[in-house]
Amino acid sequence: MEDIKRRLCDIVGERFVSDRAEELFFYGRDPGLMPPHSPDFVALPGTVEEVREIVKLAFREGVPVVPMGAGMTLTGLCIPRKGGIVLDMKRMNRILEVNDRARYTIVEGGTPTGALKAYLDAHHPRLRFSIPDSPAATTIAANVMIHGQGRLTQQYGFNSDMVTGLEVVLPTGDVARIGSCSLSPDWFSKGAPLPDLSGLFLGWLGTTGVITKVGLKLYPRKKMREVEIFITDSPDFIPDIIYEITHTEMTEDINIFAQPLPLIFKDNHHVVVYFTGDTDEELEFKKKSVFHALDRFIKNKDGGFMTVGPGMKQSLLDMPQRSASTFADVTKGGGFEYSGPIILVEKYPQCSRKLDELAEKYDLKYHATARIIGRGHAMMFAFSFTFNRADEDMMDRVRAALREASEFALSAGGVFWKPTVDEQRRLLQAMDPVTRRLMQMIKRNLDPSGIMNPGNWEVP
Amino acid sequence: MSEAGSMFTLQFDEAICASCPSGACLVKCQYLEADREQAKREMLKIFRGEDSRVLQECVTCYACEEYCKRGNHPFYLITQRREEKGILTAPRAITRQWINIGEPRGKYEVGEIKERALSFGFMPQFKDIVKGKLFEDVMPGYFFGQEYFCNVVYIHFANTAVIKERLPRVIRNIQELGVKEVVFMHDECYAAFSSLAPAFGMEVPFKPIHYFEYLYQRLEGLRGDIRPLHIRVAYQRPCSNRLCPRTHRWVPKILDLIGAELVTRTYQDENALCCGSIFRAMYGYDLAADVQARNIEDIVKSGAEYCVFNCHGCQNALSDRLARKGVRPIHMVELCRMAIGENPGFEVP
Ligand SMILES: Cc1cc2nc3c(=O)[nH]c(=O)nc-3n(C[C@H](O)[C@H](O)[C@H](O)COP(=O)(O)OP(=O)(O)OC[C@H]3O[C@@H](n4cnc5c(N)ncnc54)[C@H](O)[C@@H]3O)c2cc1C
Ligand code: SF4
Ligand code: SF4
Repeated sequence: MEDIKRRLCDIVGERFVSDRAEELFFYGRDPGLMPPHSPDFVALPGTVEEVREIVKLAFREGVPVVPMGAGMTLTGLCIPRKGGIVLDMKRMNRILEVNDRARYTIVEGGTPTGALKAYLDAHHPRLRFSIPDSPAATTIAANVMIHGQGRLTQQYGFNSDMVTGLEVVLPTGDVARIGSCSLSPDWFSKGAPLPDLSGLFLGWLGTTGVITKVGLKLYPRKKMREVEIFITDSPDFIPDIIYEITHTEMTEDINIFAQPLPLIFKDNHHVVVYFTGDTDEELEFKKKSVFHALDRFIKNKDGGFMTVGPGMKQSLLDMPQRSASTFADVTKGGGFEYSGPIILVEKYPQCSRKLDELAEKYDLKYHATARIIGRGHAMMFAFSFTFNRADEDMMDRVRAALREASEFALSAGGVFWKPTVDEQRRLLQAMDPVTRRLMQMIKRNLDPSGIMNPGNWEVP
Repeated sequence: MSEAGSMFTLQFDEAICASCPSGACLVKCQYLEADREQAKREMLKIFRGEDSRVLQECVTCYACEEYCKRGNHPFYLITQRREEKGILTAPRAITRQWINIGEPRGKYEVGEIKERALSFGFMPQFKDIVKGKLFEDVMPGYFFGQEYFCNVVYIHFANTAVIKERLPRVIRNIQELGVKEVVFMHDECYAAFSSLAPAFGMEVPFKPIHYFEYLYQRLEGLRGDIRPLHIRVAYQRPCSNRLCPRTHRWVPKILDLIGAELVTRTYQDENALCCGSIFRAMYGYDLAADVQARNIEDIVKSGAEYCVFNCHGCQNALSDRLARKGVRPIHMVELCRMAIGENPGFEVP
């Protein structure tokens, strides 16, 4: 062990290696509910070369390596279940290129979403990316790694669909370039017209390599952004409402939320619809189209657009939106976790009723949110609960409720998003055996000694 | 009979309609088409509990309460019948939301209350603007929160049952503050305690004062401090002012006192046009867009430099668009403060 520490220090410098108990304590847990497990070392590489050297060292020594961005997935994906080295990527935070005509950027593997946002705000005010609502310190590479979703997901799909290329340090220490950048200086496509090899990494939760560079699509940023909220008293109307809104092709993001507190939100389901435009006329035209698309619900008294006051409007328009973080503390004691399956929009009523049932059964504060993916192709439905970290019993109840929610989601045709290790196991069990075997082949070939983020995506 | 004066009742006398020379209630209505005979006929049908298109078409602008000069209360009658027949004006979710919003939840605020206090309803925005010399004799004697909220907004939703259920508790809460006089910063609250509550048979153990009257008196007392504003202003009269129409007379008086010229425009006084926000929530896009566009165009055409608001709901609905067209939105309280040389929170040209 001393030897490994010394060699890590040789690679990244002493300042960027630690095996001190207090640091290992923090790197051994995340803000969610998964049991902690300490790493043996934490290392913060500053260059691709350093990542390579660390991975090569780990490969030779058979020591686990766990790549980590901000560690904010809440499902324990960066908890080093078998010890080893946590590879904290936060020093690799440079924005290497913005191609403003082809609308893409290339960033290093530890670049936070907040940094890219600030950079574009300052230097490319006509460009934006699909920013998720996670805290600004969360990283772009991790977000595409877990197939995250952001403000442009309703228009363009999962954030990982917006990747235009990758540079990955393989578990053997080789550096692979994925997409057009494998043969061209231009990072315009992660696959097409070549075979799309990005699938060997995206979604694999760092078990097949360490992303050191990401190419990411940027999109036009309109001068104005607006928000409206359509409310209805029954979850049964939601699938049709979403169908009509997405048919207009006039909206940016579409989120749904339902929660019993504060009272203004009680009893209703809220469809939050975002609009963008360069002129008043453009914005108004889009709004009008969406209002009209929902006329029949309004006429039948099944739903209507609520008045959104200036305060609420501002908080909804914030990017990232902080309401999730605020909600995270309604129980006090700072615990918040959700099970967020990707599932058909038509399952919204079932999911919503299940959440009500679970909240009642386990006596918990809850919050339902959904983000529409693509033109209603699917949604991420979050069964969210808050809890007090000092209350063991409450935490147990949340664990049980989340387990039941996941069970339900799977039975309703959903697939877990950023699954915990247990959920990964359940997915692998439920999966078509040929698909499972294919995953096994990929994993065994890419990471023959099983050092990359072990415990995750382990196909038995 | 009207607010804060002789006893207010919500009676509706069929005979008065039968002999009505004008049918003003519906003839003047800006949202329904009716001539004099149709107006009388529809009102009589409604009175008798028969079906009337008015029960479906009325958009709850409250104006007929003011149009009828013969002591009948057409809007309250429409509301009552809708309630009896279960005719919804708004989508269920919107009604539900508003009812939930008004539910007491222990988050009220009470300042240092003496015999006279200011009621902010449940609009905390007033905390930002109710400041300075005009209010120094009462502030910080204010209160706000659901516990002190009049609940009158529910007549938009044909739901007076909620008002009747909640109002006695609100009256009790205010009474427990030990006040003799309450200055209401919102028309609906003033209407609730000056006319509706008594009409519902509830005793109001304090004197309701409309903030226009209060402002006028304070300004008179501070005459020496007034620097005439020499600006042209339009006034956006809210629906709720139709429930206490006698208070409208203070508007020109106040503006005159502070040297602001009230422009002449189409949609003013009796002919005022709704801000559209409630229409939007209840009926969707077209009606709201139409009234807002006409109203804004009228204000812009009038040459007003400022648009003065009495209700924060109207102000939220129209401010941005007015500002983009070069008309500055301002609340009546802010305007009055400006006239005595106080900075209402933005740069005064
Ligand atoms: C309040 C709140 C709101 C949220 N809202 C959203 C939202 O709107 N949309 C959304 O998508 N998510 C959301 N999330 C979930 C999550 O925080 C984000 O998806 C975030 O992008 C994860 O980034 P991270 O840097 O924290 O990832 P980490 O937890 O650090 O990493 C996630 C996974 O990626 C792997 N990984 C990290 N970096 C690399 C790398 N360079 N190479 C290889 N593997 C790597 C890790 O090993 C791990 O398996 C939210 C979370 C919170 C707490
Ligand atoms: S309500 Fe009034 S204005 Fe209307 S018809 Fe009756 S008396 Fe006339
Ligand atoms: S409330 Fe307004 S819309 Fe309804 S009938 Fe009276 S004037 Fe017409």
